[in-house]
Amino acid sequence: MTGMNWRHVIRTGLLMSLIVLLVSIIGMVETFDERDLVVGYLTLGQLLLFAPALFGGYRTVAREARRSPVSTLLGGLVAGLIVAVPLILLVLLASAWPGIRTYFPNISPALLDILSNGQGATTTGIGLLLLEMGLLGLIGAAIHLVPGALRRPLLTALLITSAVALFSDVPLNIANELLDRSIVRILFGTKGLTLAAAVGAFVISLLLAFWWDRSGRAALNRRQATQSPTQAARNRRIATLALLVVLLILPRILGIFLTNVLDQVGIFILMALGLNIVVGFAGLLDLGYVAFFAIGAYTTALLTSTGDLGLGMSFWVAAPISVAAATLAGIILGIPVLRLRGDYLAIVTLGFGEIIRVLVRSDLLKPVIGGAQGILNIGRPSLGSFELVTPQQFYYLILLGCILAWYIASRLRDGRIGRRWMAMREDEDVAEAVGINLTSTKLLAFSIGASFAGLAGSIFASRIGSAFPNSFELLISINVLAIVIVGGLGSLPGVVVGAFVLVGLPELLREFAEYRLLMYGILLIVMMLVRPEGLWPSAVTRREMHAAEEEAAREGIHPEEVQPIT
Amino acid sequence: MTNILEATHVTKRFGGLIAVNDLTFAIPQGSIVSIIGPNGAGKTTFFNCITGFYEIDEGEFNFDGQSIKGRSPDQITKMGIARTYQNIRLFSYMSAIENILAGMEPRLRSPWFGPVLGLRGTRIEEEKAAVDANQLLNFVGLRGKGDSLARNLPYGDQRRLEIARALAGNPKLLLLDEPTAGMNPRETAETTEFIRNLRDKVGITVLLIEHDMRVVMGISEHITVLDYGEKIAEGSPAEIQRNTRVIEAYLGRGAAGAAHLGLSHQTETGE
Repeated sequence: MTGMNWRHVIRTGLLMSLIVLLVSIIGMVETFDERDLVVGYLTLGQLLLFAPALFGGYRTVAREARRSPVSTLLGGLVAGLIVAVPLILLVLLASAWPGIRTYFPNISPALLDILSNGQGATTTGIGLLLLEMGLLGLIGAAIHLVPGALRRPLLTALLITSAVALFSDVPLNIANELLDRSIVRILFGTKGLTLAAAVGAFVISLLLAFWWDRSGRAALNRRQATQSPTQAARNRRIATLALLVVLLILPRILGIFLTNVLDQVGIFILMALGLNIVVGFAGLLDLGYVAFFAIGAYTTALLTSTGDLGLGMSFWVAAPISVAAATLAGIILGIPVLRLRGDYLAIVTLGFGEIIRVLVRSDLLKPVIGGAQGILNIGRPSLGSFELVTPQQFYYLILLGCILAWYIASRLRDGRIGRRWMAMREDEDVAEAVGINLTSTKLLAFSIGASFAGLAGSIFASRIGSAFPNSFELLISINVLAIVIVGGLGSLPGVVVGAFVLVGLPELLREFAEYRLLMYGILLIVMMLVRPEGLWPSAVTRREMHAAEEEAAREGIHPEEVQPIT
Repeated sequence: MTNILEATHVTKRFGGLIAVNDLTFAIPQGSIVSIIGPNGAGKTTFFNCITGFYEIDEGEFNFDGQSIKGRSPDQITKMGIARTYQNIRLFSYMSAIENILAGMEPRLRSPWFGPVLGLRGTRIEEEKAAVDANQLLNFVGLRGKGDSLARNLPYGDQRRLEIARALAGNPKLLLLDEPTAGMNPRETAETTEFIRNLRDKVGITVLLIEHDMRVVMGISEHITVLDYGEKIAEGSPAEIQRNTRVIEAYLGRGAAGAAHLGLSHQTETGE
């Protein structure tokens, strides 16, 4: 037996036990337990409880690959058992001292039931918990003993199955649209997959992952390497066309609930495409971006509302005016902050956003824009006598807006102004010295970014049918900024991915809304540590983040030996 | 011969420190002029004054018959003054060709929305810019390195790329701030030759800050010596080499008789 790093095992176990204890005490386990992953077999709460032990067992070996199977398994077992310890103490403490709930309201009988498998603080209950965690640690470690060719597909399949089960609303709604009721009932419970569906998803994803590892990837690479540029261009065109067709029929497939979620994601994509120009392309940190969204929404509200405050105009007239108003606001904000850089700029824009929010809510403007009561009866877009009302109908309007914004953003990025933004982001002084007019370059970024938010606001107001001040909180600015950063600064596909992850997924997990910000925070921290360039980074960001490693690779140094540049 | 740039009684202060003091100075069209002086003499400050980075407190700059006092750096660049920096300042995460394209700003005319509307004029201009940028890349000897990130280029190439970026805007006057700093003798000789070619073949007037006396004495027609922000001497290389005030400024009083400038300052490089 080669040397066993017990310190590492214990440290991993303790870290994981801390996580398990924390999610139990704050009530996550109990809340999440109401959601089934596999009906009758696994709930989300259990997964939350089990995952740390499993991961801990896996991590005990991650650093030292060459170890005997026995010590590998032993390490995993010990880590798993360590994870159980605080939970056992928690069960014992809670049953000995019921008054603990006064201080920790989430340590409920239901939680103790979950932890002890319904046995309470008995020897059986504690034994079961210990056995469970130990076994999970063991399994986690055992993953390393699986031959490499099988390990990766296995892990991939596990992840995919968990994701399908967790977001089972998506396949459920699609199945509802496409399949017969009786088949749907075989695959889905009220909340979560049936065992049959879970096993099916696992097997299919395992086979696919296995095939991909064995031959799929290689075949794709070969095809890409051999095809001529004209072929590649044609393939790209076909792919774009196929994507467009899918986008057009999507509401038919998804059903009303998911289309509604998609609409929400779409509005955030539209906003994020705009902020991406300001922050991603031009490097100007704007924390008050919600202001332009609000201006777009309120302009449309005032112009189209049939209520006391509105003018009852058509949406199609109001939308361009709203965009123009937001653009103008972008310029007005832009002028005073031209000389500011970095953090100063962020603070001023933050203040601007707050000013707009306070104004919207204020009594001063109440006669004009309704104060806290907001504006009701906002007009819907109509084509002749046909009026856009349902999420499916609005989907097409939002899609149109997103495609337009994407097109404009990508064209500007590749053109002269994109180069000016990039140069300005790198070095403002030198950019000015090569003849770039900073004033116009910055104002263009601010105003184009603002115009996208104005359009998003206009569509948003019309979709909801009303405008209230609390739709335009600071949190929206933060949200949009997080989308841009998580997706990848300056990357257009990144914006879309970011919006789906940060807006779409939380919508699907609505019942856990109280933990939304916690998860959000964790996700942001993990992202910045693990993948600072974003989920789908632009070429520019990737080379900025990894320039040192690439350089090292070219010179034949192993990348891990290079310290990242700061 | 007319003067392309005339500085009259230019003064620049930073608080109590007078960085450039009552400097009057002219660059004849089509010449190579050098500014030399000990470290901290105000040479780079003077560059920053010409290019509009610093606002001058007193005096006047005339470029090509027009006053440039009070204009912003981008306006001055568009009038035809381009510069390089003592410590190279490229757009490090942009490729070599993108750096040159950024330098073409002064001559690009197409509107920002051109690419969105697919305007013909914009497309033609961009295509021509790409061709020109490639030519410029070849001209400074970086053929085939267009796609490399600026920061990944070797030191000498970065210096050359910076000159290419400065040339991209078709300047009439090129300000070079220690173009041979950190170069070995062979590279220095090449760069010297390159600068001479710029003037002889392209017809660009060059103002040079340089510490390497072989370069200065070899290519300048006219030399101005600064010390503590003041002009202490000017003239042809031969005159400057004999000037006792210059030798004093460099080597201290008393050394004037012993030293001969042409040989004594080859090792000095940038600060």
